[in-house]
Amino acid sequence: MLRMKEILSTQDMIDKQHLDIRTITMGISLLDCTDRDVHVCAQKIYDKIVRCAKDLVKVGQDIEWEFGIPIVNKRIAVTPISIVGSSCDTDSYVPLAVAMDQAAKTCGVNFIGGFTALVQKGATKGDEILMNSIPEALSCTERVCASVNVGSTKAGINMDAVAKMGRIVKKTSELTADQDGLGCAKLVVFANAVEDNPFMAGAFHGVGEPECVINVGVSGPGVVYHALQSVKGKPFDVVAETIKKTAFRITRMGQIVGVEASNRLGVPFGIVDLSLAPTPAVGDSVARILEEMGLETCGTHGTTAALALLNDAVKKGGVMASNHVGGLSGAFIPVSEDEGMIAAAESGVLSLSKLEAMTCVCSVGLDMIAIPGETSADTIAAIIADEAAIGMVNSKTTAVRILPAPGKNVGDRIEMGGLLGSAPVMPVIDSSSADFIARGGRIPAPLQSLKN
Amino acid sequence: MKAIVTVVGEDRVGIIASVCAQLASYNVNVLDISQTVMQGFFTMMMVVQVSDSTLPLAELAKKMEENGKEMNLSIKLQRADIFKAMHRV
Repeated sequence: MLRMKEILSTQDMIDKQHLDIRTITMGISLLDCTDRDVHVCAQKIYDKIVRCAKDLVKVGQDIEWEFGIPIVNKRIAVTPISIVGSSCDTDSYVPLAVAMDQAAKTCGVNFIGGFTALVQKGATKGDEILMNSIPEALSCTERVCASVNVGSTKAGINMDAVAKMGRIVKKTSELTADQDGLGCAKLVVFANAVEDNPFMAGAFHGVGEPECVINVGVSGPGVVYHALQSVKGKPFDVVAETIKKTAFRITRMGQIVGVEASNRLGVPFGIVDLSLAPTPAVGDSVARILEEMGLETCGTHGTTAALALLNDAVKKGGVMASNHVGGLSGAFIPVSEDEGMIAAAESGVLSLSKLEAMTCVCSVGLDMIAIPGETSADTIAAIIADEAAIGMVNSKTTAVRILPAPGKNVGDRIEMGGLLGSAPVMPVIDSSSADFIARGGRIPAPLQSLKN
Repeated sequence: MKAIVTVVGEDRVGIIASVCAQLASYNVNVLDISQTVMQGFFTMMMVVQVSDSTLPLAELAKKMEENGKEMNLSIKLQRADIFKAMHRV
């Protein structure tokens, strides 16, 4: 028998501590949509997405009401378009992005991921066309998200692709200059990208995935923050235990919602992504959890250790709560999407270098960080290379979603609105990496033994 | 299928009666009730059987919330499985 206290505590988590299901993401294979004619291919893509996902939003809304928990986003991820489009006789995949965008609008989802290329070891003709199409695709569509995997622990880092992505990030920002470079908020450069990630902008439906699948991403930084307030001054053993218990509860919610959605849609259930995904709302911040552990401001000395503990405890608590865990699974540290991170960056305590260090111990990477618009493509590429190296060596996913703010400089802010939030422009190191990036080639895969 | 109805609001005459009457009008059977007054706030928890409800569950939850607002009460109707999932291993 349920106790009143338990019921009220669940409702408090939802009403006062921002507990929500961050996303239900339907993965759809587009491998059967290929065609020589890019416009026929686009039509097949549109038709298939709409056929599979037409009920996604309605089912999501029904579940929200029945369980009384908000499902913030309903989204779609598709097979990397570089693969789907590779048999098209064309030099641009923009029409395929437009088809994705239209399908997303028809289905009522707010983002669709999968304008993706996987080039960790080298680029095919389709991969090259896709990367070249990214700036235009992101500027002429509203809901399409792009990602490129440039490195992996098994393949090393494709430095030609890194250099190219530096230029593409810059160009995407320029083409969306009227919106503070918003296009870059929809573009992620990965190392060790995962095939079942439900979170945008990096979601795509990997080729090892089934025809159609439902993946769920949970959230709940506010719940963890609230739980830690009851263990002030206690040793870290207690902190870790408290986070584990909280993560268990949060994840169980994701599991039950995911199974329900998959049953109703007649689509297999994939994974729960055990992530702590913040929002710009007060009380829904990962930075504030780290500060609750005893740090004056997120980004000061001790932040990396605090984040390591948080990330590990979330996973330990979550794995038992779900029968399949996957995706990115860890704490996210996007600057613009986290009220505490924004404050820490504005106070000058949280730097790009510290964020880079933090990405060594958490999912995912340098995320939603605004930098001066005049930052060179080489410097952006070098930032990507550093982050990819951390992922490659540590056998983890890392990513760069960086926002060069056109015409803005340190001290300015960019506003993206909604869940994407706003971000102060942070300084980058003013010393050239151009000759390093100009070398090209590949950084070999690292040894997996002799680990020190 | 069972659901949990929680009602929170300022205590006054007739809250239980009106909530029960509404549930009855949708053919929802009340299985258990517990209630208390916390800091002047009336707090009630009901376990109800919704299998034979005349409305689909999502509609029923919406309707109860709307009805609650009219009476200046917070009324939530949620499937019981989420609480079990969260609080029982």
